[in-house]
Amino acid sequence: MTTRIDARFAELAKQGRSAFVTFLMAGDPDPKTSLDIIKALPKAGADIIEIGMPFTDPMADGPSIQAAGLRALKGGMTLRKTLEMVRGFRKEDDTTPLVLMGYYNPIYIYGVDKFLADAKVAGVDGLIIVDLPPEEDDELCIPALKAGLNFIRLATPTTDDKRLPAVLANTSGFVYYVSITGITGAAAADSKAVGDAVARIKRHTKLPVCVGFGIRTPQAARAIAEKANGAVVGTALVDALRDSLDTKGQATTKTVAAVADLVASLAQGVRGAKQAAE
Amino acid sequence: MNPNLPNSFRTGPDERGHFGNFGGRFVAETLMPLILDLEKAYAAAKADPSFQTEMNGYLKDYVGRPSPLYFAERLTEHLGGAKIYLKREELNHTGSHKVNNVLGQIMVARRMGKKRIIAETGAGQHGVATATLCARFGLECVVYMGAVDVARQAPNVFRMEMLGAKVVPVQSGTRTLKDAMNEALRDWVTNVHNTFYCIGTVAGPHPYPMMVRDFQSVIGEETRKQMQEAEGRLPDSLVACIGGGSNAMGLFHPFLDDPSVEIFGVEAAGHGLTQLHAASIAGGRAGVLHGNRTYLLMDDDGQIQDAHSISAGLDYPGIGPEHSWLHETGRVTYLSATDDEALAAFMLLSRLEGIPPALESAHAIAKVTELAPKRPKDHLMVVNLSGRGDKDIPQITEILKGKKQ
Ligand SMILES: Cc1ncc(COP(=O)(O)O)c(C=O)c1O
Repeated sequence: MTTRIDARFAELAKQGRSAFVTFLMAGDPDPKTSLDIIKALPKAGADIIEIGMPFTDPMADGPSIQAAGLRALKGGMTLRKTLEMVRGFRKEDDTTPLVLMGYYNPIYIYGVDKFLADAKVAGVDGLIIVDLPPEEDDELCIPALKAGLNFIRLATPTTDDKRLPAVLANTSGFVYYVSITGITGAAAADSKAVGDAVARIKRHTKLPVCVGFGIRTPQAARAIAEKANGAVVGTALVDALRDSLDTKGQATTKTVAAVADLVASLAQGVRGAKQAAE
Repeated sequence: MNPNLPNSFRTGPDERGHFGNFGGRFVAETLMPLILDLEKAYAAAKADPSFQTEMNGYLKDYVGRPSPLYFAERLTEHLGGAKIYLKREELNHTGSHKVNNVLGQIMVARRMGKKRIIAETGAGQHGVATATLCARFGLECVVYMGAVDVARQAPNVFRMEMLGAKVVPVQSGTRTLKDAMNEALRDWVTNVHNTFYCIGTVAGPHPYPMMVRDFQSVIGEETRKQMQEAEGRLPDSLVACIGGGSNAMGLFHPFLDDPSVEIFGVEAAGHGLTQLHAASIAGGRAGVLHGNRTYLLMDDDGQIQDAHSISAGLDYPGIGPEHSWLHETGRVTYLSATDDEALAAFMLLSRLEGIPPALESAHAIAKVTELAPKRPKDHLMVVNLSGRGDKDIPQITEILKGKKQ
């Protein structure tokens, strides 16, 4: 099967450039603004869109993304509404890949089979579930692959050569390399270390490797995009969104533009990079 | 009861860390290699007789084990039914059962060469035990504690700091135990190369629920022996309070395959089961949090709900996965006691036996006051006195002052 993610990477390879992957929290700060932001992302230069599924207890996230999740929950966001948001986006855009990222419990409570069926119909292409390591593949990864969704796994600096094959075994779409041991929003790894890690992963897989955690500026995005098939930016976008809110935490007329402008400048950085050597 | 009852209730978990449908390893990839290392290191320690010998030495001379099994004559008379024995875990060094587990984990951490220990704590008892053993073995110690708990368990915060630990008040989420655990996991993900996470109860990813249970099982093993000596037979029933469930698992586990022994776990019903409470089995359902699948308090969207208990040590929206399984198989009966019932039990035990129990343990005593009168006089009931009430005296003084006004 070819998914929108596969198609997008094939297209980018033809253009000889790496992907710019954006992360924002679904429903932050409210469902309508959030959909408006997501709709603005492709035009601003996002090649792949990751959407966070808010969760009360995001144990691998830093303060910015934690706060974004709580803002979304306070605004009434649910998993069902996250899927509605994806449907809303798909009405206008049938090519940009959408990946949902989050924690397992809301999906488990929604019901795995029902979630996969609904997500597929809504137009979701892939899943990144932080707390499902390959040891728990039976839970969601294998059913997701059967349902025609990519299951994108995180590899980290602690994932050594011995463990990599297990991590990659059921991974599809791309591999998400977390460049540091740490939570989202922490300091970035240097691009030399990232280059070495990407090369190491590529010895084990033909899948594209995207790198995230700690990328905040166009320069940093460019440096990473030169070493990897994609650069992921999350916390910096979430922070820009937060800074555009009023004192009560509500969206303002500046909110959508604040995110879109930052996405545009980061996309410039990525587009200035050469494609990572295969 | 589950129709597919196992031959033994004591063989779990399976190699993937499952107790029936519960348990498992639901953690970020960064932690998986370490968790697999820990599993190996613990298996090696368990198989090494010198590990047990060394541990027994510290249990005896540093912790002060065996803890007594005390016949509570006045409480027994007052209730007019079962003969009630208290397993005196509150007499352990540091004032609770938590030290049994911390000693075990610190010894494993030492074998793994880890120099930095992190822990989460609610009531502060696990934090105090961890700070104590880190002082004893010269290890760096960082304890995460919800900001709400920092305020209501001040004596334990002072104690941890005096012992050289760094106490980090957690401001995220509901600022109680579950958030302290999230924060500890974040620290661990960040400092995984040199840090050992000492979990305070029978929860978390495999192998923690099993390992903590094994270290706490000393409670039940001693109880078996002591009851044989005192009465020449096994007890008829066991009662323990449940936060995550470690003091309860420790007492219960050695008796799970003795069908004559009735077993009761007591959750915190807070303001009542239809209001704010911390009774995950009575008021929750199966979900995934903090590395395991277990009963959790949550809303229809799978978002974790706030727990509430007067006792910081029970104020957790989950329970260890083995308890969830023991509940579903019907082997253990889970009851709950409210804040008010626990307070009354605190006063009762203080007045009748001169033993102020920890507010956590008071939940178990509260149910004993209902269970014991219905049992015959030759019924032998053991209650785990998981900790002493000293830490709760400032809080209880405040509450009593409020009631007088
Ligand atoms: C004295 C005491 N008893 C019981 C508990 C509850 O924990 P567990 O259910 O793991 O024994 C605590 C936890 O802090 C405690 O301090």
